[in-house]
Amino acid sequence: MFKNNRSSSPLEGEVRIPSGCAVSAIIDRSGKTMTGEKIIRSIATMHDRSNGLGGGFAGYGIYPDYKDYYAFHLFYNDFQSRKETEDFLNKHFEIVYSSEMKTRKTKGIGNVPIIYRYFLFPLSKKLNNSLMDEEQYVVKCVNRINAEIDGAFVFSSGKNMGIFKGVGFPEDIGKFYLLDEEYKGYAWTAHGRYPTNTPGWWGGAHPFGLLDYSVVHNGEISSYDANRRYIEMFGYKCTLQTDTEVITYIIDYLIRVKKLTLQEIAKVISASFWSTIEEKSDREKREETFLRKAFPSLLINGPFSIVFGFNGGIMALNDRLKLRSMVCAEKGDKAYISSEECGIRVIEPELDRIFSPAGGQPVIYKLKEAE
Amino acid sequence: MDMYIPAEYEVVRNAENCTVCRSCERQCANGVHTFDKDLGKMTADGTKCVNCHRCVCLCPTHAIKIVKSDDTYRLNANWSMQTMNEVYRQANSGGVLLSSMGNPNDYPKYFDKILINASQVTNPSIDPLREPMETTVYLGKKDAEIKRDGNGNLIDTLAPQLKLNMPIMFSAMSYGSISYNAHASLARAAEELGVFYNTGEGGLHKDFYKYGKNTIVQVASGRFGVHADYLEAAAAIEIKMGQGAKPGIGGHLPGIKISDDVSKTRMIPKGVDAISPAPHHDIYSIEDLRQLIYTLKEATDYRKPIIVKIAAVHNVAAIASGIARSGADIIAIDGFRGGTGAAPTRIRDNVGIPIELALARVDERLRQEGIRDSVSVVAAGSIRSSADVVKAIALGADACYIGTATLLALGCHLCRSCHTGKCNWGIATQLPDLVKRLDPDNGYQRLVNLVTAWNHEIKEMMGGMGLNSIEALRGNRLMLRGVGLNETELKVLGLLHAGEDM
Repeated sequence: MFKNNRSSSPLEGEVRIPSGCAVSAIIDRSGKTMTGEKIIRSIATMHDRSNGLGGGFAGYGIYPDYKDYYAFHLFYNDFQSRKETEDFLNKHFEIVYSSEMKTRKTKGIGNVPIIYRYFLFPLSKKLNNSLMDEEQYVVKCVNRINAEIDGAFVFSSGKNMGIFKGVGFPEDIGKFYLLDEEYKGYAWTAHGRYPTNTPGWWGGAHPFGLLDYSVVHNGEISSYDANRRYIEMFGYKCTLQTDTEVITYIIDYLIRVKKLTLQEIAKVISASFWSTIEEKSDREKREETFLRKAFPSLLINGPFSIVFGFNGGIMALNDRLKLRSMVCAEKGDKAYISSEECGIRVIEPELDRIFSPAGGQPVIYKLKEAE
Repeated sequence: MDMYIPAEYEVVRNAENCTVCRSCERQCANGVHTFDKDLGKMTADGTKCVNCHRCVCLCPTHAIKIVKSDDTYRLNANWSMQTMNEVYRQANSGGVLLSSMGNPNDYPKYFDKILINASQVTNPSIDPLREPMETTVYLGKKDAEIKRDGNGNLIDTLAPQLKLNMPIMFSAMSYGSISYNAHASLARAAEELGVFYNTGEGGLHKDFYKYGKNTIVQVASGRFGVHADYLEAAAAIEIKMGQGAKPGIGGHLPGIKISDDVSKTRMIPKGVDAISPAPHHDIYSIEDLRQLIYTLKEATDYRKPIIVKIAAVHNVAAIASGIARSGADIIAIDGFRGGTGAAPTRIRDNVGIPIELALARVDERLRQEGIRDSVSVVAAGSIRSSADVVKAIALGADACYIGTATLLALGCHLCRSCHTGKCNWGIATQLPDLVKRLDPDNGYQRLVNLVTAWNHEIKEMMGGMGLNSIEALRGNRLMLRGVGLNETELKVLGLLHAGEDM
């Protein structure tokens, strides 16, 4: 586990820290790209939903020149951990490009770790010998770095996407990483955090990512330990003890291993009440009853609103009672998701449609080409 | 010559209140109360009193109370009066001591050292009076393959499941150990509640086949009452490998309780002690168990879940893991406090382990091995309240069996004399005059009341924790904290101590 020797207060992973939060997301379904300027303005409007102890973004389509390579973003505590990690990376991957992450001095952002970026792909011989598929191999390597190398933490590992996060208000984090100038993506998600403790660790900020999946989440799930103990049966290790981490693993398991659709996943993690299922059509009743009976331990209970990002789209989902606010809106090819309506209106005052999705009702926006 | 054993309890009668109506005399099958014609008043023989409180409850003027006798031997912290009396009894009779109901001795009660969480501020509690709150549970294997039809729709590939409207079932109690009216009460209550009762190893009385869809039938080592129609009638079949009250031995029904009807239902001779074998004589190893599981599945076309019930013993986690790999759909674990109609005292009081510890280890082991999904787990053996149910589920159970609590609802006062067959409450007896004291119309309603009340309380506690579905509670151990437990106990239970953060 990543250790921060500067602080004596418990770190993410050592204790479970409840948080309130703001989330926001934009996608241009035509595939046109935009800088991070809009998403920064959107999340900045909900400033009061964060308390300066964590902010972050995920951008999709931001690395077109390296789109076939895994983009690893890493935090290092010191040069020793960087050296150890690079030795490890060289042993397991072909690194086609690496550099220190470009950042700018920003007021309100301090205690900055060393931040590096690598574009890489698995060494074919190592991959073949591992008897794993490529994605499993990458996930395993990420987990090993995070668990075994003291002071190193991989916080982004997908293709043609990247996560940018840290301790501070999200708008400051966005500027710190130059998201408004350096990057253009077709989709962005953002997170402002309101943790009840002060972990002060950059790795603990959100989004949480696994390969190209990213999750931003507002809530505190009551089912946490039931979900965690179940998903850990399948080789996942919840080291950060955050809701976001376990939600990401659950979605990854249901998509990659169980091959469920996003709609079906919504019916597992935010299942309709039995009484609601009773009133549905025969086909829906059959499918939803099956999913609830087969995956009872993956029902996520308690308040949450999440935005799940993946290559080609974003999905918004609320808990079954809708205990956290979340609105969706559309304007032409653009679609928006935000904790509050103001987060959308501030960047797009005139909308074709704005609505508040019901609890458990997934809203999925995909690139047109992907549909 | 037999050693005289003084009365444990004394009957105290308030002479001012007593109207000499002789109700107590009529109610006591043990012959404690008699009318003394010469004195014109009631007298009592405390040596015969089992303290079942029947006379106390039915005395119209509340003139009777039962008190612990203060007669004592010379005080000795090592040789208690009870221990000495047991020696005298065995020296008198040369026999094995028999007891009934669960182990009453002063062992730790872990449920009472576990506290439940509630939401404050960061996470809202949910109000079950105003929001839906789900306690429905499906028991059975969950490790279904994801398959789709030609249109891409999901196909239901799950093994057969038992649907429970609430996570509570009635434990195995055989017809024979308890009365016809007790069984009628349990069967009707299970039907009304949408849960299940369990025949135990006593077969299924022909009158109760109509409750089949709420019935679990047992196949025990004696195979009493087992035949094709019996298996066919049930919703699920339970193989009884062990019982918490008497791990390592078979069932025990005293001949006095084997009436005509019991004899017919069990397919055994009337009036002769029915002692089922300690092991199943076709199960000497785990692979033999697998054969019996699949034999029963074959016999019922794979339409019914198979439950394997075991007693909580020291190596319970490994045993459960073996059972989960042997085709069982559900494992029932019975803790050492579990009840019985008759068991050798030494075994009941000294063998087995607490359900809380067994359950925690079994759930954890099944998860470590990645097979928790291939089986449901039912906890039994002294689930005394809805709080125990909540704690058991958070420790990892899918549902609980309750036995003693159901008998209390029917009137039992835990006098622990079931093996004598003279239950004054009409429950653990086959004597027609006593059986008719239990009115199934009333009995079933009291059972429905009890479980409905518990279900309300479960919902209240769930809502407090911010949960609105029982499956989100299962195995959710962060919702529990130990209090006053040592490190080993906490480790075995997989719990943090109260005051420790998440």
